Amino acid sequence: MSSAELTDLLQIILLTVTTVAVMVTAGFKRDHGLINALTQTGLFASLFIFVIIEPVTPLQVTPLLIIDEYSLFFSALIIIGGIAVTAMAYPYFEKHHQYNEEFYLLVLCGTLGGVVMAASNHFVSFFIGMEMLGISLYALIAYPIHSPKPAKFPLEAAIKYLIMSGIASAVMLFGMALIYAMAGSFEFAKLAQAPSGIDAAYQPVLLVGYLMIIAGIAFKLSLVPFHMWTPDVYEGAPLPVTAFLATVSKAGMVAVALRLLLAAEAFNFGEVTVVLSLLAAASMIFGNLLALLQSNLKRLFAYSSIAHLGYLLVVVIAAAAVPDIVSIESMSYYMTAYFLMSLGGFAVLSALSNSNKELDSITDIQGLFWRNPWLATVMITVLLSLAGIPLTAGFIGKFYIFTTGVEGKLWFLLTVLIIGSSIGLYYYLRLIYTMLQEPHGTIANDPAAARLPVGLNVVMAAMTIAIIYLGVYPTPFIETLQSLASTF
Amino acid sequence: MILVWLMVILFAGGIGAWLAESRGAEHPRAVALAAILLDLFLVILMLVAPDTLGLGTADTVAQLGQQGEWLVLLQADWIPRFGVSFIFGADGLGLMLIALTVFLGLVSLGAAWGEIHERSGFFYFNLLWTLAGVIGVFTALDLFLFFFFWEVMLIPMYFIIAIWGHENKEYAAMKFFIFTQVSGLLMLLSILVLVYFHYDSTQQMTFSYFELLGTQLPDNISMWVMLGFFIAFATKLPAVPVHNWLPDAHSQAPTAGSVILAGILLKTGAYGLLRFTVPLFPAESVVFGPYAMTLGVISILYTAKVAFAQTDLKRLIAYTSVSHMGFVLLGIYAWNAQAVQGAVMTMLAHGFSAAALFMLAGGLQHRIHTRDMDKMGGLWGVAPQMAFMAMFFTVAAVGMPGLGNFVGEFLVLLGSFQVSHTITAFAALGLVVAAVYSLIVIQKVFFGKNVNNLKMADLSGMEFLCLALMMIGLIWMGMYPQTMLDMAQPTLQSLNIAFPG
Repeated sequence: MSSAELTDLLQIILLTVTTVAVMVTAGFKRDHGLINALTQTGLFASLFIFVIIEPVTPLQVTPLLIIDEYSLFFSALIIIGGIAVTAMAYPYFEKHHQYNEEFYLLVLCGTLGGVVMAASNHFVSFFIGMEMLGISLYALIAYPIHSPKPAKFPLEAAIKYLIMSGIASAVMLFGMALIYAMAGSFEFAKLAQAPSGIDAAYQPVLLVGYLMIIAGIAFKLSLVPFHMWTPDVYEGAPLPVTAFLATVSKAGMVAVALRLLLAAEAFNFGEVTVVLSLLAAASMIFGNLLALLQSNLKRLFAYSSIAHLGYLLVVVIAAAAVPDIVSIESMSYYMTAYFLMSLGGFAVLSALSNSNKELDSITDIQGLFWRNPWLATVMITVLLSLAGIPLTAGFIGKFYIFTTGVEGKLWFLLTVLIIGSSIGLYYYLRLIYTMLQEPHGTIANDPAAARLPVGLNVVMAAMTIAIIYLGVYPTPFIETLQSLASTF
Repeated sequence: MILVWLMVILFAGGIGAWLAESRGAEHPRAVALAAILLDLFLVILMLVAPDTLGLGTADTVAQLGQQGEWLVLLQADWIPRFGVSFIFGADGLGLMLIALTVFLGLVSLGAAWGEIHERSGFFYFNLLWTLAGVIGVFTALDLFLFFFFWEVMLIPMYFIIAIWGHENKEYAAMKFFIFTQVSGLLMLLSILVLVYFHYDSTQQMTFSYFELLGTQLPDNISMWVMLGFFIAFATKLPAVPVHNWLPDAHSQAPTAGSVILAGILLKTGAYGLLRFTVPLFPAESVVFGPYAMTLGVISILYTAKVAFAQTDLKRLIAYTSVSHMGFVLLGIYAWNAQAVQGAVMTMLAHGFSAAALFMLAGGLQHRIHTRDMDKMGGLWGVAPQMAFMAMFFTVAAVGMPGLGNFVGEFLVLLGSFQVSHTITAFAALGLVVAAVYSLIVIQKVFFGKNVNNLKMADLSGMEFLCLALMMIGLIWMGMYPQTMLDMAQPTLQSLNIAFPG
């Protein structure tokens, strides 16, 4: 292995080292603050390491991983997600839960899994990354299980996720096996030639392989009709884990899915486009419709994330008709916007909650604008951005989807997108309205009035500023994305 | 730069007002007043002495290859990736609408002065941001920028209705937002289709209004694209059948909110039709013209009849607004010099008369805590000044010769008569019906017996001043409309409207 390859792997190596260091330290000294700080340090170090890496040309490191701007960009997003979750977890568990050190170990493992997925262009690394993330998540969701008074129902959520995720992985593995049987390779790039190399009679096998993989991906991204687990798991999991689930696990999967579809030229099968379009349309409509009925904020965010991944899928589908770089650029922008919004929203909820009691009902945020203007401002920014109102990253994101959709002439999906966003407006606005209402009575020990931990404030401020900055002056960021897309 | 300053002052003033609240509940309104007065000063300077600001037809106009008279024009890059740039420009029409905006901003401040005491900082913040958004709409000449401001003016207005509104505010605010936003999304899609086809034929991605004029769209979709624009603007105008957010929003909004809604926000719809829909899609507009004019007439007659059936004073005035805006729609789609001049005059005059009527209705509600006309009566004796003002503005709205509204509606009818005799005949009926529903208001509220023995204070000095200013404005428009007609003339010429002689 050359030194250039080692340099490019530094990010993954550093994350691994941090994981081991956290494990060993926790074994000697159980100190929540220390472990939290160690985790943060490791994550920050691996975030900023790409100052050194900076790959001008993509570098294939071992057959399994490719390090290019695209992978580094998504790794950065994933690590930022890890940092935010770590910051949320400290106040959430401290004083309310014993033995919190392993939590960070799991977060690090999950983050590492996401980073591996972002850099994979091979079925093996894809699967390894996915399972590293998945297995960490089972444990993370169930983490407060021994707490005498868990806020939610971690065990139920964890079992649900375990079973459903297991099935999805199995389906996906079977799909990979079918494709391997036809193409004779696990490498994404070599799959493109597969259809021309095999007999016409076997083409359907290849297609079924792709569709099975898409089903697995759809499960992880919770696209309708593979979304059943999402609201329950979002609600049952402790809040920082819900944030992790909503951001890190989605970003890794989206990154690798687009790479697979583009590299393998899966869009040459018309059926793939049809199936993805149906998934997207169903997610946009049902995600938004079901979100209307929710009175629990975590469930509401679960359905709203289903809808948003439906929007995101529109640009992925557009890749069948538009140049790859346009699709990649749009997807990366929207994913970033989604990431910032989700983290901001969950940070506000987690500021109101701890591992014994989560304030996640809509009535809990009534009058928040008058109880704590700062929290409410963050939340309103996030909600306006989710609704796609100008001055926010969500608007430019939606604008990207619209332009890409128009370029790809996806009229049907764009119509559904408009209908879906219109429904979405209603529940986002209802939340804003609830926050603007008079607070009901005087709330004893109002958690919104309590002093917030610094880490959480930093996360919320960073997300709010980023949402507004990307909405007002996105040009520098767009240039980054264009360069990323051109070296894909 | 002056146009940007107008907005910056309001944006900054809004933030300042919000921050000033911590020093006392009365501070925000002082900050807001200062910001609006400063803006008003600049606008007046632009109108009477543009030389002092170094204005004049800018050289950049030639670069843009446009013949029209632009008093101010500014261009800078914003998001080059999409060909989005800052293009702000004001011509005669734009300048008049900006003046209307700032002036009615002052009036709404007067309306809020004695009414809003709770959370006043955030209120004035929203008020000023709405005004800034509206100025943006009237000056943006990049379609992306236009859409951006179109939405920016929406959110603060939503807050104004949702927080300081009356009993049914949640419903009203939500309806207002969803109607505007959904129709806005249709417009966004239309903008993008337009831009895409322009890109397809020229390989140049741009949202500039000047560049996009004259873009050829494929026949099978051009009508749909035009409709996307039309629906967004017709919703804001509003025209039947997308008008029914308006009575709720108006009746639930606080007085200042109603003043801004009726006086200014509705005009953005008319402005959009005039500036964007028709010029961007001339051929489609010719085909669509008769339908739009029919919609205009239906708006005039149907909402006049509905207005007559109301007992809620603010709802009644809201419906009459829809009726008057029907004339604007009719005038714009008749698309000849008289009709469009008439539409512009109606926009300005209705801005004054509707704002004044809402201010009076809001004042009444604030004093006697009801909008139900059946509970009122005999108020002339209690508040003679208020009654006089109400009488004046009602008569103005009806179209009394000598006042602005008459000039506008008369010109619209004159112009549309050349296009369609039948449609004009029906539209003229609107003037008759207007007299009926307006007089019933005066009858029920100010004449008759004061059965409930209502007592209330007459107009405050602030209210009187605002109303008197609007009164002078309407008389000016009625007596010497040439001032406004001259200002609008170059705009209309640049839009290729045929002028006789």
